[in-house]
Amino acid sequence: MATTPTREVARRVFAGEFNDATYTFKESDDERAPVYLLLPTGERANRVFLVGTLMETEDVGDDSEYWQGQVIDPNGERYYMYAGQYQPDAASMLRELEPPAYISVVGKPRTYETDDGEVNVSIRPESITEVDAATRDRWVVETAERTLERVRNYTEQTGEDGDATVDEYVAMAAEEYDQPVETYRQQVVEALESLEDDEAVAAEPDA
Amino acid sequence: MAAGYVRGPARRVDAARAPETRRRDPQAGARAARGVVQKPPQKHSEAILHFHHGVREFIYGGDQATGVSHRNNAETGTTQMTDLRTQATEIHEQFEDQLEISVDDVEERLDTLVNEYKVPLSEARRSVTNTYLDEAGMERDDLGGGGSGNERVQVADVDAPEEWVDIKGEVTELWEANSDAVAQVGLFGDETGTIKFTKWSKSDLPELEEGQVYDLRNVVTDEYEGRFSVKLNRTTVIEELDEEIEVGDDDVSVEGALVDIQSGSGLIKRCPEEDCTRVLQNGRCNEHGEVEGEFALRIKGVLDDGNEVHEILFNQEATESLTGITLEEAQEMAMDALDTSVVADEMRADLLGKYYRVTGPTFRRYVLVDDVERLSDPTDAEAVLIKARSI
Repeated sequence: MATTPTREVARRVFAGEFNDATYTFKESDDERAPVYLLLPTGERANRVFLVGTLMETEDVGDDSEYWQGQVIDPNGERYYMYAGQYQPDAASMLRELEPPAYISVVGKPRTYETDDGEVNVSIRPESITEVDAATRDRWVVETAERTLERVRNYTEQTGEDGDATVDEYVAMAAEEYDQPVETYRQQVVEALESLEDDEAVAAEPDA
Repeated sequence: MAAGYVRGPARRVDAARAPETRRRDPQAGARAARGVVQKPPQKHSEAILHFHHGVREFIYGGDQATGVSHRNNAETGTTQMTDLRTQATEIHEQFEDQLEISVDDVEERLDTLVNEYKVPLSEARRSVTNTYLDEAGMERDDLGGGGSGNERVQVADVDAPEEWVDIKGEVTELWEANSDAVAQVGLFGDETGTIKFTKWSKSDLPELEEGQVYDLRNVVTDEYEGRFSVKLNRTTVIEELDEEIEVGDDDVSVEGALVDIQSGSGLIKRCPEEDCTRVLQNGRCNEHGEVEGEFALRIKGVLDDGNEVHEILFNQEATESLTGITLEEAQEMAMDALDTSVVADEMRADLLGKYYRVTGPTFRRYVLVDDVERLSDPTDAEAVLIKARSI
């Protein structure tokens, strides 16, 4: 099957879960081996794809341009991304775009530790494109589905009869993170409900 | 296969070879072709390649038979010789262990029958084969393959060009032939899928009818841009069969966000050498070295649904229809900017990060895009919400 190096899947993850994912790891000692961010729902992410509202852009560089972009997800949480001279296309998009705007971002997760020992998670964008509201809504539903799949998998594997072979990333997540995955299921529900509000459809009785 | 997305009987191919090197070495391709062209290589394989070149522009994508060039007509004259030589080579191979004969001997016999006595080539072949069978004291069955020496294949088995095969299937579609050189062109299908077929005017074969099942013996396979086709020729035996076939579908349909447009996309140059369409890297063809390339459009993209990635390939036609940029416009854009990369940049800005569904056959790890649909309607949030609440 995988005779050629396979391209990493771009994971779909809401900002709440993404920002909780502070643990990174490699699967080989090779210097160029891919770095993975461990999602709290028990999946590894070497790449992410997100669509949201660009809220703020700012050049935070000292000598050369270094653009920060903040993108908000349907739950009001933010992704932070940084693009400098090595990401010229993404940097010029952040320079030129006028917030607010719907954008889609393909990028690699990055973590850095602050002076007081906190780990911040951000994205180094590979590409940034301006998109429409329909694309954003589609992404919200897709990300809800993917997150739900992970939550379900995690719950099944760590449940009562969880002494069967546990997925290694689920095991790793259970080890590294304290936050219950219920949090992320709740985020899925909120995100989807926000779409329904948008549509001004009569709220479902149980909403 | 590549990423586990292949539904049904797709073409089994060598995934280990890089896509850019998949264009065959014409000589090697010819050598590899069973029962054809092993010797004498020079004259024969060249003739075959000429033959193929004239038709290559319209093999891909099927119905846009735009480009049967003048070259094709100019070369019809060599075809009879080509066929004779091919047939002679095949016959020779069947007997070379038993008889002391050369390909030239066989060709001479065929030539006498065909050109002096105006015997149809298929009959001439039968006659010459019988003569040698007698000489060798063999039975026709000893030759195997129902006497033609060809492998009987199904559509999905066709995975190499220039092979002589027998194939049974239904004519599922007839397209308009845009050239006098082509008598009929369309799709031929069996349980494993469909494949393009071409029937030349000069081959003088009976008319094929849509919806009819045929057994085609002695057709030649061809490949262009990863798509295989079969060509009927003067020696092809067409047998009408009174049966029905459930024609299969070998297309796959994948959807996701377009997360990458890879290098080698946009306005590219292809090698102009006959039967070579390799994409040039810095003006160089892997096979032919430095050449004056011919401009073309294509997109190598990646569709990602969050669980799987699919590499997809848009040929020129699909690229033009997706982007609305024609080859001429792309060349103008590149001229204005003094840089060909502006074309791919423009495509990236327009297409990346949006959702698409593409449909087409697979080749190695690629889906070759026949149809593309932009997915702009939101999916069913309600259903997912119900699921989310139920956990």
